[in-house]
Amino acid sequence: MRVLTCADSGVLVEVADLTEVIALGAALDARPLPGVADVVPAARTVLLRLVPGADPGAVAAAVREVPLALVGGPAEGETVVVPVVYDGEDLADVARLTGLTPRGVVAAHTAATWTVAFCGFAPGFGYMVCDDDRLHVPRRAEARTRVPAGSVALAGEFTGVYPRSSPGGWQLLGRTEERIWDLERDPPGLLRPGVRVRFEEAS
Amino acid sequence: MRALEIVATGPMVTVQDAGRFGHAALGVGRSGAADAASYALANRMLANPAGAAALEVTLGGLRVRARGPLTVTVTGADTPLRVDGRGAAMHTVLCLSDGAELVMGTPARGLRTYLGVRGGVDVPPVLGSRSTDVLAGLGPDLPAPGTVLPVGPPPPGFPNVDLVPVPAVGGPETTLRVVPGPRREWFTDGALTTLLSSAYEVTSRSDRVGARLSGPVLDRARDGELPSEGMVPGSLQVPPTGEPVLFLADHPVTGGYPVIAVVRSADLPLAAQARPGTAIRFTL
Repeated sequence: MRVLTCADSGVLVEVADLTEVIALGAALDARPLPGVADVVPAARTVLLRLVPGADPGAVAAAVREVPLALVGGPAEGETVVVPVVYDGEDLADVARLTGLTPRGVVAAHTAATWTVAFCGFAPGFGYMVCDDDRLHVPRRAEARTRVPAGSVALAGEFTGVYPRSSPGGWQLLGRTEERIWDLERDPPGLLRPGVRVRFEEAS
Repeated sequence: MRALEIVATGPMVTVQDAGRFGHAALGVGRSGAADAASYALANRMLANPAGAAALEVTLGGLRVRARGPLTVTVTGADTPLRVDGRGAAMHTVLCLSDGAELVMGTPARGLRTYLGVRGGVDVPPVLGSRSTDVLAGLGPDLPAPGTVLPVGPPPPGFPNVDLVPVPAVGGPETTLRVVPGPRREWFTDGALTTLLSSAYEVTSRSDRVGARLSGPVLDRARDGELPSEGMVPGSLQVPPTGEPVLFLADHPVTGGYPVIAVVRSADLPLAAQARPGTAIRFTL
């Protein structure tokens, strides 16, 4: 664990891998540190956003004492099933990049149990990971200016679902009708850190 | 019902409060008034609770009509004010009678002016805040001519000053104090020296998300991609062009470019008042 500071506004904790990100996020959820207003888990880091006037040195010292080993990996979250129509524009490219057939890509994507590691990019956009590394693909060389809401996509080690239409550079596999982000719901995000996700092929 | 009726807006008006806390893990940023100091002053002058919502007015031009008697104040970037055609002063407690019209001109310096109203702008909160996050598309719609913004019940306390003398905000040059950032090792030693010894101009491609700066390029010491990580307001993020972006209230929750330095939180209000063309200098 390496602890960096962002002036008097934040403490950025760098950890070894996503498993530690999830463990630290869960530990801080269970036992919040004084002086921390918001926790932002990401791919290899957890940012602690401080309340005004908090001492970054004290928060940095406290976070070093949080036992990661005791938490022991991802928290047991609920499981969400997301129905997907696999007709994405990049399905053929993903097949080529992974060496699978398009049907093989669908089979791998639906067979895996995904875990939301963290959210970012847009409200409700969950970065999901799984054990199957065959689906690791780069982003598209050129981002699209508009990706429709509900698009299910891959990039790097992650899969994600666009909560609303936005620009985006991920490889599109298909689309879902599921409401990923709904302000009428509490909590509004379906794909929250720790939630497990299975994708199911919809006809 | 007491309300503020929008008659005209200038370049942009948003509803803002102290921000949206506790939802970062869902990918929701803090947002809130960009110049938190001027915003907070407006609420203090009106004896409002600290988080009451106000209007953030970019480069003036706002006209509002009071529906019912209202007590208001105007803080932040200095703009000429008229109430029913008669001159009025910034940083004073103003009483608007039913139907009175308050008109803002264009500020000569600074960027953001705040119209606070006693009782606060009482639109429905979204995730605990009435702030509009322009990047995430969360919170109240942008007020437009014809929008009627309800005003909440007046708080129990009363204003105890009529006037607060404050130094004018904004100007042709601003100095911001920074601390070297979490990714300083991604840059050459010369890059930090360049940042601390040059003037950077705020470009017109600036908004509530960030001030895009133009000036000497900050060279990286290493190639490769940084995995996206959480960002704080005040972060000086350096995209591949080498010219920094200074993150403001609606900055993305996470970002994928390295941060060379971070502006101290006490200086963020100054950053929020730097209009396009302002020369910014950074100091330790």
